[in-house]
Amino acid sequence: MTADSTPALVKQADADTEGPAPAGPAAARGPRARNTKAYLRYVAAKILGAAVSLFAVLVTSFFLFRLIPSDPVKQMTGGRPISAEQLQSLRHQFGLDQPMWRQFTSYVGDALTGDLGTSYQFHAPVMDKIVEALPATLLLTGTAYVLYSALGIWLGTRTAWRNGSTSDRFNTALALTLYSVPSFWLGLLLIIVFSVGIGPIPGMFPTGGLESGNETGFAYVLDVAHHMVLPVITLVAVGYAQTLLVMRSSLLDEMGSDYLTTARAKGLRDDAVRRKHAVPNAMLPTFTLMFVNLGHVVAGQILVETVFSWPGLGGLFYQGLSVPDLPLVQGLFFVFATAVILANTLADVLYPLLDPRVGR
Amino acid sequence: MVERVPPHAAQPRSRLRVLLASGAAALGLAAASVVPGVPLGAASPQQAQAADSGRTTLTVAVAQSVDSLSPFLAQKLMSTSLTRLMYDFLTNYDAKDNHAIPGLATKWEPSADKLTWTYTIRSNSKWSDGQQATAEDAAWTFNKIMTDEAAGQANGSFVTNFKKVTAPSPTKLVIELKEPQATMAALDVPIVPKHLWDKVGDFSKFNNDTKFPIVGNGPFILTDYKVDQYVKLKANKDFWRGSPKFDEVVFKTYKDQDAAVAALRKGEVSFVAGSPALTPAQANSLKGEKNIKVNEGPGRRFFALATNPGAQTKDGKKFGNGNKALLDLKVRQALFLSIDRDTLIDKVFQGHAVNGAGYIPPRFPAYKWEPSADQKLGYDPAKAAKLLDQAGYKLKGDQRVGKDGKPLDLRILCHATDPNDKAIGKYLKEWWGKLGIGLKVDCLDDVSVPWYAGEYDLAFDGWSVNPDPDFVLGIHTCAALPVKAKESATTDDFICDKTYDELYKKQLAEYDPAKRADIVKQMQSWLYDSGYMNVIAYPNAVEAYRTDQIKSITTMPEAAGNIYGQDGYWSWWSAVPAGSGDGTDSDSGSSSTGVVIGIVVVVVVLAGGGFLLMRRRRTTADDRE
Repeated sequence: MTADSTPALVKQADADTEGPAPAGPAAARGPRARNTKAYLRYVAAKILGAAVSLFAVLVTSFFLFRLIPSDPVKQMTGGRPISAEQLQSLRHQFGLDQPMWRQFTSYVGDALTGDLGTSYQFHAPVMDKIVEALPATLLLTGTAYVLYSALGIWLGTRTAWRNGSTSDRFNTALALTLYSVPSFWLGLLLIIVFSVGIGPIPGMFPTGGLESGNETGFAYVLDVAHHMVLPVITLVAVGYAQTLLVMRSSLLDEMGSDYLTTARAKGLRDDAVRRKHAVPNAMLPTFTLMFVNLGHVVAGQILVETVFSWPGLGGLFYQGLSVPDLPLVQGLFFVFATAVILANTLADVLYPLLDPRVGR
Repeated sequence: MVERVPPHAAQPRSRLRVLLASGAAALGLAAASVVPGVPLGAASPQQAQAADSGRTTLTVAVAQSVDSLSPFLAQKLMSTSLTRLMYDFLTNYDAKDNHAIPGLATKWEPSADKLTWTYTIRSNSKWSDGQQATAEDAAWTFNKIMTDEAAGQANGSFVTNFKKVTAPSPTKLVIELKEPQATMAALDVPIVPKHLWDKVGDFSKFNNDTKFPIVGNGPFILTDYKVDQYVKLKANKDFWRGSPKFDEVVFKTYKDQDAAVAALRKGEVSFVAGSPALTPAQANSLKGEKNIKVNEGPGRRFFALATNPGAQTKDGKKFGNGNKALLDLKVRQALFLSIDRDTLIDKVFQGHAVNGAGYIPPRFPAYKWEPSADQKLGYDPAKAAKLLDQAGYKLKGDQRVGKDGKPLDLRILCHATDPNDKAIGKYLKEWWGKLGIGLKVDCLDDVSVPWYAGEYDLAFDGWSVNPDPDFVLGIHTCAALPVKAKESATTDDFICDKTYDELYKKQLAEYDPAKRADIVKQMQSWLYDSGYMNVIAYPNAVEAYRTDQIKSITTMPEAAGNIYGQDGYWSWWSAVPAGSGDGTDSDSGSSSTGVVIGIVVVVVVLAGGGFLLMRRRRTTADDRE
């Protein structure tokens, strides 16, 4: 995992070039081949590690949700006229009358063939429900991810470069404040202010959902974009601070470095020193963070999706937990964990390409 | 040219850039406000109306998602409410007083031996694909539920006593029973078209959500459905009772109740109900709002306290760890005598509930029962203390201590998701504490596990009652007990009593409504006297709608009842659009135009901002040379 690895890069301050240092003269065939081999070994180890983690998650997800004291059949049929035969039939259909070990083996066996079971409450394959809700989540959290990462990096760079200035203090304080705000609360606030409208502020945006349901073609795209504004703002507002703070602190670490002084000494403009020398080096911890966050894109944001009635995976997970719809929640948990593991593995695999010291 | 700028100093040019970016953002925000096609500052009640000009749409905010559109599988209230709109049932309930009235069947009568019921099926009900709805459809539906385990998931309880169902003619349906059953005019089973459904293979997997519109014969035809977003239904113009007044009803999912209330306030939805009621804070905030009416009707739920009478299986095997003290009627009565219901209704329900007594809520007047004066357990802590003394639980210091020297400490199961449970738990702790009884309030997300394991002393209980009380009465019979210990069963709290069981059988076999109602009242009286459970209150149904979208709507009971979750389709079928006939939907065209204009402005602003930034960047690069 690269989550904790935040190595400083080789300092780059070539007086003749403004860009990152070139790879250097062509290395001899021997060392390069050795490097490639080492890298492949490193990648293989990481992939193997990921596979082991995935299997561990598969096993954990089965037992984790069975720790919840609940009776899915009773919860699902609660309040409805139901006969003892119906209760028995449902329990049989869900496989809840089977011994635990048999439920476990059939779950693992099915999962290995790509079958995550059938949702109790929706009478549909879990995989279908996930595939159905995934695009909405990717659209919302993916958009927010791009925006808060970009905003966090940009503001992090600005605040660090002007360390101690009013704008630094203001931005850092604002980011910390927003970071601490509960997302559902902020979402509701935005709905009240910008959906319903307060005083001179008109109600500009829909109160929830992904679409109004009347549009087709390009108008549909615009309609969805319109519905995305408030949930994306909520996610960005509570999400950018993390990137900002990491970017700010790692850039501050870089700022006293000799190679930056050298760069300035050779007459580069401050803007260029920042963009071409300091920022690329300071990006590494941020890069790690971005990959960790990338994995969470799939998991969605349960609270924000709920407040804005967004039909994504977060909302689906919430519905699954309320029963608990065991196949649905364990399937979703597995998918969420897989996304994080894959994102981390991808980060691991790419990291040596950015920082040659990693993986040797 | 070389310039040296101190790294920590703020740059004037950057300020300009921030200003530019802020300006772009502000313009973008302003432009986006044009997107919905509503001018700045204007409310948008028309958003709940349909896209097509001249069509009227009623939008209902709902919290639940649809579990299935198959009437054979649907369990959630949201889904069963939809099947009520999509398919006709044999009978319906009158909006005035809940008595059974014709549905797909125009009349029904039992044989002399009470074991055969004959229904006359109406000849003026057509499926939306043009085919005639017949008795054959009804017979096929019931037979499918009886013979296919997968098809019996949702409505199997209605046919457990059925022996045979036949359709001797297109207008005649005959149901033969194993035992007499008085609930034959309360078969809440959607009848489906045989000619389409007999092609379904596996009923456990068919969710009826692949082909739209869905063929039905109810007041509405389901035309579109998007998971967790909306369900659209259009009026069935050929419905035998008459076409609904709104052209379309849309159920829009709002997972957050506060967001749904905001949508109503904005006019995005026409109606919002609580689950089961709007909170007092929500209701109060909506009261007095322009164009909004808060509707409060008698609820169909009761809120009660149940005691553990000793968990047991059907064959009498005891299990669980209920406090033995509660096996004494005096102790149970002492607990109920020390509850100040008026305070609970005033402080916890904030007036949105009615003082409880009988098991069936007064919303169903035929079965309403109240204790006589000498039977009534009013608020009387002094009497409660005396009863505890008599039961052998004397006060020692500030604690009640039993003969075994152990203090009387109880546990109560509370639903963590219900704020009322928690609040009432605090009051009980105080009131019972004054009597010297200790109370631990166990709040859980799902209380069913300890409940069915019999590991509780008391529990907050509540049921939503149907117009026919058979089911809620049936959950206290010995037959409802579990076969195995700790296994969930149809029982509510392990009550098993011969007298009660005999009364239950008697009411089920009694076909005279008045006589049956009398037996049901006797059962309520027995439940009250037994002290195993005590009904505290009947929470009201609190909901709200926009009067500028809905001109009138039928409540149930019609005099002053509720709108959402009625027994029948009265509310949405009867709703009359405000300003009907005046072409309320003229904004659809402008909406699209507004969207396009808004987006164009946003794109222009963003492109302009980007161009300026690029230009500035290029300038610095030039400067460097």
